[in-house]
Amino acid sequence: MKILVAVKRVVDYNIKVRIKADGSDVDIEGVKMGINPFDENALEEALRLKEKGIATEVVAVSLGTSANQDVLRHSLAMGADRAILIEAGTDLQPLAVAKLLKSIVAREQPNLIILGKQAIDDDAGQTGQMLAALLDYPQGTFASTLEIEGDEILVTREVDGGTETLALTLPTVITADLRLNEPRFVKLPNLMMARKKPIETINAAELGVSLDARLKLIQVSEPAARKAGIKVDSVEELLNKLRSHEGILV
Amino acid sequence: MKILILAEHDGLQLSPSVHQAVTAAQFWNSPIHVLVAGHNADAVAQQAASIDGVERVLHANAVHLAHPLAEDIANLVASISEGYDVILAAHSSFSKNALPRLSALLDVAMISDVLEIKADNTYVRSIYAGNVLTTIQSTDAVQLLTVHGSNFAAASLGGNAEIVNTETPAAFKKASWKSEVRSQSDRPALGSAKIVVSGGRSLGSAEKFEQVLSPLAYKLGAALGATRAAVDAGYAPNDIQVGQTGVVVAPELYIAVGVSGAIQHTYGMRDSKIVVAINQDPDAPIFQVADYGLVADLFDVIPELTAAIQ
Repeated sequence: MKILVAVKRVVDYNIKVRIKADGSDVDIEGVKMGINPFDENALEEALRLKEKGIATEVVAVSLGTSANQDVLRHSLAMGADRAILIEAGTDLQPLAVAKLLKSIVAREQPNLIILGKQAIDDDAGQTGQMLAALLDYPQGTFASTLEIEGDEILVTREVDGGTETLALTLPTVITADLRLNEPRFVKLPNLMMARKKPIETINAAELGVSLDARLKLIQVSEPAARKAGIKVDSVEELLNKLRSHEGILV
Repeated sequence: MKILILAEHDGLQLSPSVHQAVTAAQFWNSPIHVLVAGHNADAVAQQAASIDGVERVLHANAVHLAHPLAEDIANLVASISEGYDVILAAHSSFSKNALPRLSALLDVAMISDVLEIKADNTYVRSIYAGNVLTTIQSTDAVQLLTVHGSNFAAASLGGNAEIVNTETPAAFKKASWKSEVRSQSDRPALGSAKIVVSGGRSLGSAEKFEQVLSPLAYKLGAALGATRAAVDAGYAPNDIQVGQTGVVVAPELYIAVGVSGAIQHTYGMRDSKIVVAINQDPDAPIFQVADYGLVADLFDVIPELTAAIQ
């Protein structure tokens, strides 16, 4: 079984993103970038399925520019067998990403496609579901456990107020939640070896997909910050403030 | 121009967030239809029909909609989408599973978790865990979005919409629902609770989390929440995680206990009306978003606070 994992290059999760002075966009020049954390869970799960002997090949694919080679090297160092870079620029919206991934699925014919449940930059959480729809595949989103039995996959999903389990017929699209696994650390020798592995590069134009932006960015701004309040010295003072000033817990 | 709202429900009760979606939909000043998809969910259709501002309820009744799959919901909405200019739902694990799938079927972009509707096709939503607000304009003919429920007032009752049965496409064959585990709790639902008591990693263990926070939550009639760190450490179940990747809450009172205040967490609670933070570390970032901060050992003050509340 072949598994395709899509990895996005995003601003490191520890960084507080700044806004350009003219409010036209966020300013991420020179900011530390890395693999989207949920995509790391997706890749980890694919690697574990390979280690269990269920999968035979794990292919990582990333969309963007040559800068995305870093997340693909990271994926190879974690254990992906191959890496594909689709050069498509940096301003890709989820529907365009899903269409590009669909054409890679057509070439690679994976039985399982795993993505992160959302990217921590745009927080859209759409691409996996869109890809499943375009392929007419079943989808298992926000997955916290996977179990493969023959041509069926049991997916436990994290939903509001609990979990639910679905049975899906392969091929399938899965989106990974953080609880799916704990991604492995990349060892330095693996990273060195990954540098020597080839990355297949495909120009998005060759895939015949329209990348037109459907959503136009008008402006970005900072949300109104919550004002820090006051410090109280005791439980008694806290309750007094809540009762007298806020009229709660009376 | 017509608006379609995809309603969430559990087969018996309409989700309160549908009322908020109706208020959001009123922005367009056009007829609002609500789709109730389920099996024998007539009572839910009735509830939707009684929301003020709803013109028509479309009721799709089929066995395979008892536990609706994203595949079936997306196919159903696509089959009746003709003539609707706006399709929306309240943002939840239900809608964020189904609507992106619909988005690809209709070949239109989707705007997730809209905080504010600025104009017919212009919206404000947040990115980077709520650290940045973006104003975006959709160029598509059909506007497809989910709205951030707590940002919209709930539409009141008093409506009397007609209920129309609608055809349901055949079930999607390659997926089936097997089982579910719902958190059993006497406490109010986290997403709609008036008071939330949240615990962080400082609680130290699942036993302590329960022992220290439960009596307080019980006395306040509050829901329990947790940080990702507490959930990852196994102190609390994952469905009570508050934050960027968990539940977003906006209660009257949010009490953060031993919570450091990572941006991913504050994203999920900063619309709370009053925030109280109790933490031993005076430099914890949670104090920057708290109305009232108490620098103290939670193991001392939470029992004291619990005892002081009648």
